[in-house]
Amino acid sequence: MTDGLWVYLATSPLLWLAGTLVVWLAATGLSGLAPGNPLLNPIMISIAAIATVLCVTGIDYATYFEGAQFIHFLLGPATVALGIPLFEKLSLVKSNLVPMLSALVVGSFTAVGSTVFFSDLFGFSPEVVASMAPKSTTAAVAMAISSGLQGDPALTAAVVVLTGICGAIVVTPMMNAMRIKDFSARGFAVGLASHGIGTARAYSVDPVAGLFSGIAMGLNAVLTSLIVHLFL
Amino acid sequence: MLVGITILLVFQLVGEVTAYFLGGFVPGPVIGMAMAAIVLTLTKGSAFLQPAHERTIDTSKAILANLGVLFVPAGVGIIQHLDLIRDRGFALMAIVLLSTVITLTVTVWVFILVKRLSGGYAND
Repeated sequence: MTDGLWVYLATSPLLWLAGTLVVWLAATGLSGLAPGNPLLNPIMISIAAIATVLCVTGIDYATYFEGAQFIHFLLGPATVALGIPLFEKLSLVKSNLVPMLSALVVGSFTAVGSTVFFSDLFGFSPEVVASMAPKSTTAAVAMAISSGLQGDPALTAAVVVLTGICGAIVVTPMMNAMRIKDFSARGFAVGLASHGIGTARAYSVDPVAGLFSGIAMGLNAVLTSLIVHLFL
Repeated sequence: MLVGITILLVFQLVGEVTAYFLGGFVPGPVIGMAMAAIVLTLTKGSAFLQPAHERTIDTSKAILANLGVLFVPAGVGIIQHLDLIRDRGFALMAIVLLSTVITLTVTVWVFILVKRLSGGYAND
């Protein structure tokens, strides 16, 4: 009887949609127990928990994604929503225009260049190097760039998420250690290096950091798609 | 809520159409983000559009406050690459960590130095 129920539920989108939201709420509750501790990143906790459940129960990713796609879809309108803080704080953005554009150009070349350099050094195949090169840009853009370079978009998506979590975890301790107090600079750096996951982290630390992070993510998506072929 | 999400989706749609004609190298949602900021700025102060502005701002704040959950479905896709992670996971993590730390450091210092040179901290 319960086996039949599980078979019925495990293949229905409802279970994985509701499950993702419940796991996320639990993960944010957990990270709320130690506010500011970057290691309790709710995105990382949620992914680890759900991936474990799927591996243990033998449910494949396609089945999971049938439910989770409704959440995934909101990435588009959420990116548009990043334009609203841009509108609300336009004068702050204007007064930082020159530092922003300088950091964008140098940062974007550094992100792609360092990734290609280290992946070559570790002896990865050209396909894997191409899949990793756009890893600092937001997932949809990175996957489009990767397939244009004969990379593997599914691998790109995984590396993009890893990069996002890595940046979200290291940014606050790093910036504090370097004694950088300007949240526009901190936010811009994490948005450029770690796209939307860095931006989610930035918003949880400081609204100005979140604003500049969202702008950096958008600008870097455009610039990376223009320069990435120079490295491959 | 419904007005706000509709406005965001329409901006995304217009962004996608624009992206198609630009050849696809700028993602549609990023164009939508720029358009949303520009249109809101140009129509600021219009009494007629004031309620639409407020709803768009409220909906955007609600979405941005929960931004992280939107990355979970794509992130779980990592289970499709367990073999690569088992075989080359250490090298993969090392590349991601090194490259991210270098990019964060370079970007933040260029920002700070250019801002300092251009007098951006003059009032501090």
